[in-house]
Amino acid sequence: MGRLFRNVHLVDPAAGRNGTFDLLIDGDRVVRIEPNLPAEGAEVVELPSSFIVTPGLIDIHVHLREPGQEHKETIATGTASAVAGGFTAVACMPNTSPINDHASVTEFIVKRAKDAGLARVYPIGAVSVGSKGQALTEIGDLRSAGCVAISDDGRPIETALLMRRALEYASMFDMPVIDHCEDPSLRGDGVAHEGAAAARLGLRGIPGVAESIMVERDISLAELTGGRFHVAHMSARQSLRAVRDGKARGVRVTTEVTPHHFVLSDDVLTERGDYDTNFKMNPPLREEADRLAMIEGIRDGSIDAIATDHAPHHPDEKALEFDHAPFGIVGLETAVPLCFDRLVHAGVIGLSRLIELLTAGPARALSLPGGTLREGGVADLTILAPDAPVTVRASTFRSKSRNTPFDGWTLKGGVAATVVGGRVVYVNPDVLGRTTL
Amino acid sequence: MTTATALRSRHLLGIDQLDPSEIDLVMQTASAMKEVALRPIKKVPTLRGRTVINLFFEPSTRTRMSFELAEKRLSADTLGMTTSGSSVVKGETLADTARTLEAMSPDMIVMRHGASGAAHQLAKICRGSIVNAGDGMHEHPTQALLDAFTMLERKGRIAGLTVAIVGDIAHSRVFRSNALLLTRMGATVRACGPATLIPPGLDRLGVTLTTSIDEAIDGADVVMMLRVQYERMHGLFLPSVREYFSLFGLTPARLERAATDVIVMHPGPMNRGVEIDSEVADGPWSVILDQVANGVAVRMAVLYLLAGGETDDGVRS
Repeated sequence: MGRLFRNVHLVDPAAGRNGTFDLLIDGDRVVRIEPNLPAEGAEVVELPSSFIVTPGLIDIHVHLREPGQEHKETIATGTASAVAGGFTAVACMPNTSPINDHASVTEFIVKRAKDAGLARVYPIGAVSVGSKGQALTEIGDLRSAGCVAISDDGRPIETALLMRRALEYASMFDMPVIDHCEDPSLRGDGVAHEGAAAARLGLRGIPGVAESIMVERDISLAELTGGRFHVAHMSARQSLRAVRDGKARGVRVTTEVTPHHFVLSDDVLTERGDYDTNFKMNPPLREEADRLAMIEGIRDGSIDAIATDHAPHHPDEKALEFDHAPFGIVGLETAVPLCFDRLVHAGVIGLSRLIELLTAGPARALSLPGGTLREGGVADLTILAPDAPVTVRASTFRSKSRNTPFDGWTLKGGVAATVVGGRVVYVNPDVLGRTTL
Repeated sequence: MTTATALRSRHLLGIDQLDPSEIDLVMQTASAMKEVALRPIKKVPTLRGRTVINLFFEPSTRTRMSFELAEKRLSADTLGMTTSGSSVVKGETLADTARTLEAMSPDMIVMRHGASGAAHQLAKICRGSIVNAGDGMHEHPTQALLDAFTMLERKGRIAGLTVAIVGDIAHSRVFRSNALLLTRMGATVRACGPATLIPPGLDRLGVTLTTSIDEAIDGADVVMMLRVQYERMHGLFLPSVREYFSLFGLTPARLERAATDVIVMHPGPMNRGVEIDSEVADGPWSVILDQVANGVAVRMAVLYLLAGGETDDGVRS
């Protein structure tokens, strides 16, 4: 019984696999992974030789907006967007309404995710009650309810003391503290990266060091406490330097970068000159030197994961003036094509390193299950077509929101199908063609 | 240089939309319009039957009156809406305001708004011509055009002039439009202000930057002083009015470093004793009131040329 993927190109960096294997799954489990398995009654699936099979992709930074902002996204639409983007698991940030600062909210999210039955959802709890930066949440309780990490994302952890206590307390549960690093006083009312583009367009700037100052502080505190610190959506070259130094000293620091920060720089704002708010995000698109630094960090291993910071917003909200529109773009359904096109096909990294950044890397950063395929483990896998031509069409997104700067882009590399717990939860007929699963 | 006979763009959102021959056309047209103000009956029928809406989301006296006067002298039907605060504060979004106005089919909308890029947003929705009368910290193109017109009147040329612009460079839309226009016309522009009010990356506009007013005005043909907002004096930008005036205020003594035939400009409203000494503001160098007079003529020229652009609507923009 079961389903036998025969002679597939399996790329599973954590397991050291990058070659042709037979993969037998049965029910929600992986049964065997080795060459030349007998079919023995299993349904045989053959894939085009250009396709690859990987452990299910994991995005450790998304905003699912439920509870409270269901006009932007729900857990059902957000996880539909995730599986359409090849992600079998996502970790969702706590800045919902109410904020996920209490086990009851966590339980609600877990239940909604189970009802949706698409991607696995790992909630991230708030560091402080109401994310107000005052009192610690009941982190142990959040952990028991299903939270995998804590963060006040959207807001930085403003005081060094709160960050210190959060690191200390969370270390009892070996949970990482994820910080949206941005010095509030340096950020001010900035809406774009402080540089030539902001100067030209008359936009208030946020310097890169607003981020790195807090990254440096948090690394020092992680060193002091022995706690685990994860840098959310790193964007500034100065932050990367701090992370490299911290890692070299043995500090428990990990980091992620978004596709938009390694694909776009603030030059695009001046080139377009139209104040399109789909280019407004926080952290802002930085200057070219920062973009190149992020690519170098991806290449040299300093960056642990690629995460989308999927931030859905309603069109009415994004239609406001650049100063007033909310920060953020959706990212789940554009990440894979952008990564293949701009990292692998551009010759920055090989296939195996990319898959590591989307599977084992994020799994390790937040100590999540998955990120690799092993016999007896759950059958979460993604089938990718690295050479497939893809045109981004925001109007066809599974996400409830359409706020992307990449609409109309033609890229190379796409998602063919997504399998969660042995169930095919997404197929892309444009890429799969006549292949059936 | 071949002279343009019309503007390619349907809107005037920023200086980038004007090529040198179009700038020349605006200048020539403004000269003709200026003559209208000398007549006993200061009115021409050019825009008769056209509707112009003046939409001011920020308080403004001189710019709004200058536009209104320009519109009336061109015989346009004008109506105005002045409201303080952003559209967000008001409860209606700018996009909805634009759609509402669009339903009334105005030929032109002149808008001032506190957010950079607001005029661009309006232009995406409205079919009529949009004239940017100041958007946030971004641009104020008609101010730069009237400044250039005034310089041309006094100096006979722009190319080769050295223009010092002094003050709150960071927050000034007048500075941005002037820097873009004057460098495009061949002037050398020196931007001068306190280090706290010069944002990084500004040199990419093709201007030289300095924090020394003496260096900025040394040999300058034109010195343009910018208004310093009162609130800057009590933030972290500047310690005091007193220190600002001592470091950056334009005094007769300082002006001695400039070219002998220097002219002094100010977009108004002036803070006497803050950025400019009264003796300078009222002295022989000052062309500040010429700027005001020329503002009407230049705005007449812009409105006239944009209206003329409607004939091949759809091809342009």
